[in-house]
Amino acid sequence: MTTSAPTTQAPQVRRATRDTRQPIIGGVAAGLARHLGVPVLWVRAGFLVAAVLGGSGVIFYAGLWLVLPGDQLYDRSAPGLESASRQGRRPGRIRRLADSGPAVALVALGLGMVLTAEAIFGNGIVIWALVLAILGFGLLWRQADEAQRARWIDQSERLNPVRAVFGSGGWAAYVRVGAGFVLVIAAVALFAVRHGRVSDVYDVLISAGLGVLGLGITLGPWIWRLTNDLAAERAERVRTQERADLAAHLHDSVLQTLALIQKNAGDAPTVTRLARSQERDLRAWLFDAAPADDRTLVGSLHQIVREVEDTYGVDVELVPVGDVDLDERLSPIVAATREAVTNAAKHAGTPVVDIYAEVSPDMLEVFIRDRGKGFDPQGVPVDRQGVRNSILSRMARHGGTAEIRSTAETGTEVRLTLPREPRQESNP
Amino acid sequence: MTHPIRVLIVDDHAMFRAGVRAELGASVEVVAEASDVDEAVAAIREHRPDVVLLDVHLPGGGGAEVMRRGASSPGSPSGEAVTRYLALSVSDAAEDVIGTIRAGARGYVTKTITGSELIDAIRRVSEGDAVFSPRLAGFVLDAFAGTIEISAVDEDLDRLTEREREVMRLIARGYAYKEVARELFISIKTVETHMSSVLRKLQLSSRHELTRWASDRRLL
Repeated sequence: MTTSAPTTQAPQVRRATRDTRQPIIGGVAAGLARHLGVPVLWVRAGFLVAAVLGGSGVIFYAGLWLVLPGDQLYDRSAPGLESASRQGRRPGRIRRLADSGPAVALVALGLGMVLTAEAIFGNGIVIWALVLAILGFGLLWRQADEAQRARWIDQSERLNPVRAVFGSGGWAAYVRVGAGFVLVIAAVALFAVRHGRVSDVYDVLISAGLGVLGLGITLGPWIWRLTNDLAAERAERVRTQERADLAAHLHDSVLQTLALIQKNAGDAPTVTRLARSQERDLRAWLFDAAPADDRTLVGSLHQIVREVEDTYGVDVELVPVGDVDLDERLSPIVAATREAVTNAAKHAGTPVVDIYAEVSPDMLEVFIRDRGKGFDPQGVPVDRQGVRNSILSRMARHGGTAEIRSTAETGTEVRLTLPREPRQESNP
Repeated sequence: MTHPIRVLIVDDHAMFRAGVRAELGASVEVVAEASDVDEAVAAIREHRPDVVLLDVHLPGGGGAEVMRRGASSPGSPSGEAVTRYLALSVSDAAEDVIGTIRAGARGYVTKTITGSELIDAIRRVSEGDAVFSPRLAGFVLDAFAGTIEISAVDEDLDRLTEREREVMRLIARGYAYKEVARELFISIKTVETHMSSVLRKLQLSSRHELTRWASDRRLL
């Protein structure tokens, strides 16, 4: 007796699913054929034969349609591809007129079947009612499939009842639902008038309606709770998917950057700039719990770092201590910082600029420093507006100070300060 | 120093280890590489390196775990040169960096550091000095924020002295040790003393805020 080798992986369970990619009715035949490994034509022929011989094919088909899950639930592909299909960035199914050939043949066959049955059994009305009911339920179930697919792709966190029925909408969905209901009601009505009395129709329709109402009251609370659970799970899934999408987007941008780097392999500054910008993005995503926005001091300084690094290809090292929400009064220090960093990147001729920003209880301080060639602050030409206007006057106008120390040996350091509380005279 | 500094590189990215090894070149002796905590501890016991370049995020418990187990490893006679740790990371998460320092690292530099700066940092750490990158100095200032009193020059571990704070601020502004010394009219040796003192406070302080300050440091 041989013992099977221990496997580290649980054996993969082969699940039968419906093929919902290009279904003729519900994709049952295609799914079954795939599961059993036989040509789909055989399965379809089998269903047809069984349908003709006593109608068991129809019941069997309907049962499988109910029980077998759609295959998109188990459709696992690479994370990037899944993300792309969720965001609708992949080519979808293409439907051609020729694909509806089997459906037309099926309708013709069905019609022939019904006429044959009528010829054999007589009693035409019941058969027609049955046919209408089958058609109506078929349409409604088909629409349920479409709506399920739409729900699976839908990224909104809340369960929308209208979308739950109509999916992503479109005239096809409305026609399917409307025609389905009309057909089912017509079938009920037709069944009711088989004895030839029109007044019976109302009785039957009313009792059918009462039956639906009673079922609703009995099952309502249970369905309601089920829906709530579903909504919670769905919200969790959507959040997971959002994270996955973000990750996929980042990895995608890394790929693009790598491609650009390969193309520009000989151009060192470009490669450095690309790598630096990509590094910043990845770092922010991996390690920043709260993404910085430009409403805070540190957030807007990060913004400046990004812009200057991308524009001038220098490294800007930002070291913040503390943070504060920006308002009208504090924003001049950000503007002055931007000017000072840009000057350093443009004129200092060094690859690195350091920014140190400290928020203390009573003041903001920003130091911008480079180790470049330096300049004479007194000797700035009058027509050069940058330093004089954007830095010195701006800080003075808003109650702050700006100091520039610059020598050829140590480079340039700009010190900006701004008191946090407004001066007494400006705040009556 | 008569013999080159013996260095162990611990990082879970092989490409990065290769890059660091190439950058260090012949100026130090790379005795081994390790890619996780177990390998690192084994390599430390076997090679007794002078300096361990340690990634903050490491499979098996992070860089702090390496230092914990490396310190408790048997057979390290007190006369022998001790192994010192320099944290090297791409992560900017302040609590991880401070956590690694508190676990015993003598310094923290980011992975974007240039080769010559890294060699300089390794030399400093091997001599027992502290190495503060501007970013670490910023974290330290953040961690001790709000506890400064102008005249507080006592031995309280929970606060920095005014001088230490000035040194930290200059480092955070991107000053080199030499420039800090010139700026404050003190010797480089004094700067190094201040740095070691800050490092000691960082490692020994029992301020419970220090361990969880990172979460609310944005509120001031």
